[in-house]
Amino acid sequence: MSNTSNQYQPSEAELTRRAFKAQRKRKSTLVAFASTLLFAAVVAIGLVSTPGWSRVTESFFNIEVGIDAFPRIIEGIWLNLRVLFFTTISVVICGLLLALMRTLRNPVFFPLRIFAHGYVDFFRGLPLIIVLYIVGFGIPGLRLEWLGRVPVEVLGTVALTLTYSAYVSEVFRAGIESIHPSQRLAARSLGLSYSKTMRLVVLPQAVRRVAPPLMNDFVALQKDVGLISVLGAIDAVRGAQIEVAKYANFTPYVLSGLIFVLLAIPTVRFTDRISAKLAKREQSGSAL
Amino acid sequence: MTQIDWSKPRLLARGIRKQYDERLILGGVDLEVYPGQIVALIGSSGSGKSTLLRCLNLIEEINDGQIWLEGEDISAPEVDQDRIRQEIGLVFQSFNLFAHLSILDNITLALRHVQGKSKDEAEKIALQWLGRIGLADKASSYPDKLSGGQQQRTAIVRAVALNPKLLLLDEVTSALDPELVGEVLELIKDLKQTGTTIVMATHELSFARDVADWVIFLDKGVVAEEGEASEFFANPKQDRTKEFLTRLKAH
Repeated sequence: MSNTSNQYQPSEAELTRRAFKAQRKRKSTLVAFASTLLFAAVVAIGLVSTPGWSRVTESFFNIEVGIDAFPRIIEGIWLNLRVLFFTTISVVICGLLLALMRTLRNPVFFPLRIFAHGYVDFFRGLPLIIVLYIVGFGIPGLRLEWLGRVPVEVLGTVALTLTYSAYVSEVFRAGIESIHPSQRLAARSLGLSYSKTMRLVVLPQAVRRVAPPLMNDFVALQKDVGLISVLGAIDAVRGAQIEVAKYANFTPYVLSGLIFVLLAIPTVRFTDRISAKLAKREQSGSAL
Repeated sequence: MTQIDWSKPRLLARGIRKQYDERLILGGVDLEVYPGQIVALIGSSGSGKSTLLRCLNLIEEINDGQIWLEGEDISAPEVDQDRIRQEIGLVFQSFNLFAHLSILDNITLALRHVQGKSKDEAEKIALQWLGRIGLADKASSYPDKLSGGQQQRTAIVRAVALNPKLLLLDEVTSALDPELVGEVLELIKDLKQTGTTIVMATHELSFARDVADWVIFLDKGVVAEEGEASEFFANPKQDRTKEFLTRLKAH
């Protein structure tokens, strides 16, 4: 009788419950499978039997045109990725600086605070396409001697940074303000200065908390880098446009669009995973 | 038990006044704390105990009065407040451990970034303290995995690891389940043995009687009565004090 807990046997009631649950699970899987199959069949038959279907496939899913356009689009995507890389870095830096400027309390920094506030209001309201036109065509139009000829992809990076920094700074600021004042109080009571409190206590917690919305902005940026094509940069969108004009066929647009989607999927999944992980950590210890 | 050095006070406060807008919280409080002494602040909620402690740590700005730490006027406007705050530890009712840091890193943070100790040195000190309070095996855990009593003991250690000249405890047992209060009080007793100078706001009257050398009863922002702990509890002189003590005993 000493180790009854080791010889634990589930009761009759529990065994019945388990059998019932297992059966129900098998049944749901089967139903889901059958209904998916039926749905797919209806869609496929419906699409293919539509009168204009052959013209649709010819115009949007032409394999030969796709293969011909592929190299130029891939080359363009490579440019998009490089612009994305540099824009992301500069957006994180500028966004963080703007957010920190807005949290400064010292009267010396009053002009900085006002500047950051005005900047964020302005660039969140201004359409990105107008920023792109003004930076991309306006700055070279000034013919500044000392600036020389700036590549359009650099101008595009600057324009994207101007707009996205405003959004991202608001995300950072929300994160900073969401950290309970008692954390700041505890840090200051240990003798940490304002800036060390910010860097060692507030920001690490704030960034973790806003990681999901930050990643969301990153996904948006990932496709908005395609907008640099309006400046004449031969990116994936512009490359596709050239191919479309050449073949009078829309397959290159569809292809480059699909590549953007494929690039976004890992980021989206990654964002979901971070959110789930954070949620799990915050609920640690509770049953639900 | 350590002998108290009566020659010069560790902390001296005169005429501390604090008000929020029109509401007067502290109406001129005087306070003396001698090295190795434990001073208990008692009084009902809203009597100004917490505010007084926060003023002493310079987290709250005082509206009048002066504070000296070992003879230095720390209420002078040109004083480097961050330097003073590391000399005066403050522990909160709600622990306020840093949620993103492990127990070990909570303790080493100020050792490294305020006192400039190396990582190894800071961790050595922190682990010594964690060993002393029996939490060495929790060093890499995060605060949310610890019980309230464990968190509060960590918070106290986080403050005393800096070797402050004065430790302020703001109702450190009030947020704890009754069964967890004991372990925190044990730690405070232990700190008294090693000569830590403490001012503590508390509702634990029997603990104050056991451990404190001096008791101050705050009422409506002023010191209503103060005295040696044994004398204070045995023969309260003011009617307000008697009323307060009977009211708390009734519970």
